[in-house]
Amino acid sequence: MTKQATLIVENLRKTIRRKEIIKGISFELKEGEVFGFLGPNGAGKTTTIRMLVGLIKPTSGRISICGYDLERQFTKAIRHIGCIVENPELYPYLSGWENLEHFARMVPDIPKARMNEVVELVGLQNRIHDRVSTYSLGMRQRLGIAQALLGKPKVLILDEPTNGLDPVGIREMREFIRFLAETEGLSVLVSSHLLSEIQLMCDRVAIMAKGTMLRVDTVEHLLKEQARVVWKAEPLEAAKAILAAETSIFRTDGDTLITPYEPKKLSVWNKKLVEAGVAVHEIQPKLPTLEDLFIELTGGETIE
Amino acid sequence: MNNLVYNEMLKIVRKKRLFVIAAIVAVLVALFTYAQFKQVKELQERLGTSDWRTQLQQQIIDAQNRLNSSSISEEWRKYLQIRLQQQQYYLEHDINPSAPGAPTFMRMFIENAIDLFLPLLVMVVAADLVSSEASGGTIKLLLTRPVKRGTILLSKYIALLLAISFILLTVALLSYLISGIVFGYHGWRLPLLTGFTINGEDLNTEGVHLLPQWKYVLIELGLAWYVAIVAGTLTFMLSVLMRSTAAVMGIMLAALISGAILSNMVSSWESAKYLFMVNLRLTDYISGTAPPIDGMTLGFSMTVLAVWGLLALAIAFIVFTKRDVY
Ligand SMILES: Nc1ncnc2c1ncn2[C@@H]1O[C@H](COP(=O)(O)OP(=O)(O)OP(=O)(O)O)[C@@H](O)[C@H]1O
Ligand SMILES: [Mg+2]
Repeated sequence: MTKQATLIVENLRKTIRRKEIIKGISFELKEGEVFGFLGPNGAGKTTTIRMLVGLIKPTSGRISICGYDLERQFTKAIRHIGCIVENPELYPYLSGWENLEHFARMVPDIPKARMNEVVELVGLQNRIHDRVSTYSLGMRQRLGIAQALLGKPKVLILDEPTNGLDPVGIREMREFIRFLAETEGLSVLVSSHLLSEIQLMCDRVAIMAKGTMLRVDTVEHLLKEQARVVWKAEPLEAAKAILAAETSIFRTDGDTLITPYEPKKLSVWNKKLVEAGVAVHEIQPKLPTLEDLFIELTGGETIE
Repeated sequence: MNNLVYNEMLKIVRKKRLFVIAAIVAVLVALFTYAQFKQVKELQERLGTSDWRTQLQQQIIDAQNRLNSSSISEEWRKYLQIRLQQQQYYLEHDINPSAPGAPTFMRMFIENAIDLFLPLLVMVVAADLVSSEASGGTIKLLLTRPVKRGTILLSKYIALLLAISFILLTVALLSYLISGIVFGYHGWRLPLLTGFTINGEDLNTEGVHLLPQWKYVLIELGLAWYVAIVAGTLTFMLSVLMRSTAAVMGIMLAALISGAILSNMVSSWESAKYLFMVNLRLTDYISGTAPPIDGMTLGFSMTVLAVWGLLALAIAFIVFTKRDVY
């Protein structure tokens, strides 16, 4: 079964005051997937999201949502989007329920049952009639999600949804987002600079830096090629020469060498080292994390 | 559309703006009623009579004395002369222009409130209509609904017009009800003179005719409503242009107050008559007070205000629908 693309972005660019902030990015969101936007501060995540929800106009490029062009058919396209951009800012002098009513009135036919449904979905039923100014940040996040889900969107766009949540809250949010994607079939776009979070909840990740998209791939793929082995051997120079002939060496870290992880060849390499009289103290496969990839891609170390 | 306007009205009401405005009006009306009451009392004691003819004569004599003193500015002299001629006209035709009563108080209150107090009240509602959404971040939620930006702004503008009408109604009702406690509720049929035209130094009484006070008050209320809408529209535009409600209020306040000051000194700066803030005293054309600059008429002032208002509205809509929201 091929899943349909709900959001298509083609060659998006944005120039603000003669400075190019988004430099031509393209990607697609499929039904039922969680897509992560990963990038350091100032990468352009929020700017991209603002363009996706029509708050700012792209300098060039095309955004299409469920087949509708965002610029030319704004109301039809935006109908299928629910979003929180940066902080979930609601009317503090109204109650949570009144806030929902306010936004429900702006969309044709949202029944009261739907409002009750989303309130229950985000678990806010006990405090929904209190004024928003008395809410904690986490409760505001929940209310923000409730209003985003109100119109039964096909695409949910969340800018740093775990911002300000406690560990339990973060985990709940993660499970909630997975639930929405898997059970309700929504496409969810989540931005974050928290790598562990993205790693745990996303199906695919786009790594962004300085307004460009460096990589877009499934988490699995990104991690696989990221697996490393750390060698501790003596003398280091001899070991380096032998391993360099077999594979590539990413870097030397103190008295260790780091090479790609190829399970089938590990014993062969080890044999060669031992035969050459190198004392191998430790062969340690390193747990793959997005963090390494992220740091390498965004300008920590250079690859190869 | 109805839903959107309902939303905007709900926000205005829940911010307690209208309530605060009604409270301010009530306090001020009570204050002025007391002041007026004191003044009447004092005048009676000084002249030893409650006959309005004697009072009016005394006022004419006061004005003449002041005109004779040399330390008086040219503008002031002109103003006094015209007032003098008017008062003499009233005396000759045996009409008491300030017969006490709630309708008279109401008329005077509107005449005094039209150029500063009323626009200020309107400003309190209009200033944060859009800017508060921008500074509070709620604009992001508002603009990501399946509603065109122009429609959203229009709903806000309609809500503003409703709020302005409510404010005017409040001013009219409260000034009538509260002052009536002291002065009584009669006087709707009192005949008043209107149609004075001013040509340079002279008061032209050719077009002068009598108008019952209720008609007179209605006309003035209409003019005050017109002025309030223009002031509200200008504030509305500033509210679209700026994120900071305080900045909007600051600019509007500066403009209104400078208007009040300018009116007293611009008679020689002719092109100042195209500024909106010297054109706010529309009720002066009805009562026949000299305009700040020669050649200004009711039609002229209303046109100037309309042009400013329409321009502001156009700017507000163009900017709001085109702008990038950060
Ligand atoms: N209104 C603006 N005017 C000028 N430059 C801007 C504006 N908004 C954003 N930028 C610039 O665009 C770049 C991207 O900003 P953006 O907010 O999209 O980053 P981000 O990826 O969301 O970062 P963070 O993780 O800190 O939220 C930054 O360099 C920022 O300085
Ligand atoms: Mg951001």
